[in-house]
Amino acid sequence: MMTILGIPVQALFGQLLLGLINGAFYAMLSLGLALIFGLLNIVNFSHGALYMMGAFVAWLLLNFLGMGYWTALIVTPVVVAIFGMIVERTMLRRLYKLDHLYGLLLTFGLALIIEGAFRQLYGISGMPYAVPKELQGGWNLGFMFLPIYRGWVVVASLVLCLGSWLLIEKTKLGSYLRAATENPSLVQAFGINVPMMVTLTYGFGVALAAIAGVLAAPIYSVNPLMGSNLIIVVFAVVVIGGMGSILGAVITGFMLGLVEGLTKVFYPEAASTVIFVVMAIVLMIKPAGLFGKRS
Amino acid sequence: MNRLTPQVILVLTLIALAIIAPLGIYPIFLMKGLCFGLFAAAFNLLLGYVGLLSFGHAMFFGFSAYVTAHAAKEWGLTPELAILAGIATAAALGAVTGWLAIRRSGIYFAMVTLAFSQMMYFVAVQAPFTHGEDGIQGVPRGRLFGLIDLNDTIVMYYFVLAVFVASLLLIHRIITSPFGQVLKAIRDNEPRAISLGYQVDRYKLLAFVLSAGLAGLAGSLKALVFQLASLTDVHWHASGEVVLMTLLGGVGTVFGPTVGAFLVVAIQNYLSEVGSWVTIIQGVIFVVCVLLFRSGMIGVMTPWLKRRGITG
Amino acid sequence: MMKRLLLSAAALALSTSMAQAQYSDNKVKIGVLTDLSGTYSDLAGQGSVEAARMAVEDFGGKLNGMPIEIVSADHQNKADIASSIGRKWYENESVDAIFDLVTTAAAVAVREVSREKGKIDINSGAASTVLTNAQCSNTGFHWTYDTYALAVGTGNAVVKQGGDTWFFLTADYAFGHDLQAQTEKVVKANGGKVLGAVRHPFPNSDFSSFLLQAQGSGAKIIGLANAGADTINAIKQAKEFGITQSGQKLAGLLVFLSDVNSLGLETAQNMQLTTGFYWDMDDGTRAFSKKFSERMKGKMPTMVQAGVYSSVMHYLKAAQAAKSDEGIKVADKMRELPIADFFAKNGKIRADGRMVHDMYLAEVKKPAESKGAWDYYKILRTIPGDEAYKPLAESACALVKK
Repeated sequence: MMTILGIPVQALFGQLLLGLINGAFYAMLSLGLALIFGLLNIVNFSHGALYMMGAFVAWLLLNFLGMGYWTALIVTPVVVAIFGMIVERTMLRRLYKLDHLYGLLLTFGLALIIEGAFRQLYGISGMPYAVPKELQGGWNLGFMFLPIYRGWVVVASLVLCLGSWLLIEKTKLGSYLRAATENPSLVQAFGINVPMMVTLTYGFGVALAAIAGVLAAPIYSVNPLMGSNLIIVVFAVVVIGGMGSILGAVITGFMLGLVEGLTKVFYPEAASTVIFVVMAIVLMIKPAGLFGKRS
Repeated sequence: MNRLTPQVILVLTLIALAIIAPLGIYPIFLMKGLCFGLFAAAFNLLLGYVGLLSFGHAMFFGFSAYVTAHAAKEWGLTPELAILAGIATAAALGAVTGWLAIRRSGIYFAMVTLAFSQMMYFVAVQAPFTHGEDGIQGVPRGRLFGLIDLNDTIVMYYFVLAVFVASLLLIHRIITSPFGQVLKAIRDNEPRAISLGYQVDRYKLLAFVLSAGLAGLAGSLKALVFQLASLTDVHWHASGEVVLMTLLGGVGTVFGPTVGAFLVVAIQNYLSEVGSWVTIIQGVIFVVCVLLFRSGMIGVMTPWLKRRGITG
Repeated sequence: MMKRLLLSAAALALSTSMAQAQYSDNKVKIGVLTDLSGTYSDLAGQGSVEAARMAVEDFGGKLNGMPIEIVSADHQNKADIASSIGRKWYENESVDAIFDLVTTAAAVAVREVSREKGKIDINSGAASTVLTNAQCSNTGFHWTYDTYALAVGTGNAVVKQGGDTWFFLTADYAFGHDLQAQTEKVVKANGGKVLGAVRHPFPNSDFSSFLLQAQGSGAKIIGLANAGADTINAIKQAKEFGITQSGQKLAGLLVFLSDVNSLGLETAQNMQLTTGFYWDMDDGTRAFSKKFSERMKGKMPTMVQAGVYSSVMHYLKAAQAAKSDEGIKVADKMRELPIADFFAKNGKIRADGRMVHDMYLAEVKKPAESKGAWDYYKILRTIPGDEAYKPLAESACALVKK
């Protein structure tokens, strides 16, 4: 059998595939974060908490309203997006003209409140959420056993990311959005309701986090702290990709999943640190990130 | 020459209050507040006067705590030498990371410092001398200069207070010196400072190293006060906490960070008995502060104090 | 006659006032220091506080006429916060003894303070054997379980059933390393082999990569030397990746009842684990657990919470018998008195502070076997205390005379 650095090639394939699956989550989360930063100029530190909220809402829908996975996949992002839009209208709105720092602080405070509230209600050790019947089981790929559900996660994430990218780059709505990022007052002068667009963008970014949460529910334990350590990693992904760059966030998300996957094989202890090493190196060489425009 | 300006009187009153404080307030709590106050003041030197937001200051605070604890426990150094070892480590670390980080600005600067501090966290988890999750426990406070026994809590308190006051005076001296004026000029308009012929990077680096060294001093003191050094102080949450303290108190004010530090420490200490509600209460406080008191506690109080001619 | 009566009355008054003088501040005050908000707040947390309250109520609320007070606080699993609260309690609030102390780092921090102040700390939540070895103290006790007992309980049983090749998934911090090392010893002593181990960052949510490595090793048993959310995620994902179906078995080295509740029986079934307590063993355990669950929104107690009840009860009995709340006197009395309650049938405290009691090897029921909520374990075997805990002769504790 062929080996690379003592690891059989086939095993390595398996690890890369798993890295790609994790990358799918990074991509969905960092896409939302990058969108919000691009238009609102706010570093949304509550993104991890909203991801958790997505998973919890799915669990609540199942246990109190009997709504299954597929319905939850539609309903949850709507619920969380409405919550997000209320937050945007009542709080974030006041901070747009200020330093990034205040937005970061406010959303950090919000994250504490959201996580604290769910912990108060449901405890810490998490809730079980079963894999939907249609997606149970797995395929034997020869080099590894791939659960169908994980395959679905990658496909869903790719479709979502591609769809969002097309929406922003190829549609009229998207072009307004990009224009508003560059020069909001000019776009407002053309008769477009910029504040409304900002609210909807925040709602959309948050909805992406919620979908990621629903997708994660059957894999990870649904618990109030599931998003709290994820946020700085996702934030790092956005920075490496280039702040505000949609495509950069998505590609970097998948790429870092792969890098992390390899680290788990060769130096597992460092798996959660490697992303920051990459970030430091990238920022030293390409100050605006891999896909960012130099401002 | 009339040196007794209202400002000086205010400072002297505060010091007098601090001296009698242990009579009414639990001294360990006061010391914790002073340590974090110094940490926040050191951080503020960079944010408030150079305009650089570091999101990795925990590496200086936490690592110097480890070095001090190790020096006092394993090498048997006296407290002042152990503290100096801590400061030296933090300053050296600051010189290396700062040299790289100051090439970036704004959010990128913050992210570079975060990246370095995450790497240092990894070192802290892996290095054998830090004892991983358990940390270095049972650190002896020892005798200051081989003479004064710091095991007495009150003696320790006055030692911490003395170091704190001296450090704040030093910070005050730095920001009012010509060097400090240049820093503010850089903060307000960097291209202009460059065109005036200042070597901006050297000023920034020096400020970074000073800030790191002072943060290290705070960490060293904390290690001696609590007689332990642990992962908590190197974790990114500690970096986040110091940002919050500074913002709550008021960025770019001399006393603001200390006020913010005491506020946060008080929340953690006195609310620890309400258990899981702490994080919710903390979150609400941050949200309210950002929405209503953006200039921080001191910022809000300044106009009021000005009307009474207390601050100039 | 009159004179005699007066004299004896005076003597009586004197003796009671002397007895009173033995209790500082004319009250007995105990503190429950635990994780009220973090990872361990379900297995200890508010449940531990409630268990301590129940013990005080069952004791009668008074000790030799002195009121018993309880305080509780959240140490957030941080050593510095634990140590500062402990210090404040001892110095300012005249707390006499501290209980639960989940998380080893926090436990050791409080141990340092307790030793310095000559006060009592009784540990129920933390796992590390360091508390009865390098960090032992004559006023410090370890009540419910430790890494040695877990390793012996689960390790022995699994190897004897033919699980003789192991691969470890270990949380990369002191507790994980300790648990892996203890278990390795047991496996090797029984003639088993350790094929490999991977240290994962703590905390970690995605275990698929590590599980794949474990699968590649070909080991029959995958030992999980981690705790809480890490264990839950690892078990969940092992099922997802078909590891358990393909013949490899998981051995969760530290699994609490709350973890099984969170996993659900469908996922956790057939797993073997070691526990110091299970609610459904006899009338005594059921009576306590029923009362507990009524006060805790229907949750059944974990071994840590039941251990807190037992340790508070024993402390109060000893303080009553010693007629004092002075640390060393109560500690001596605690060592002297046997422990016989629903938690420990024949418990005794050793010189190193270890409370030795029977442990149980349990297997998680299949969904079909479970009769309802919280009916999760089958007890396979009772492990006698002397077998479960590390022999005193091997102890590194300085208090043990050799």
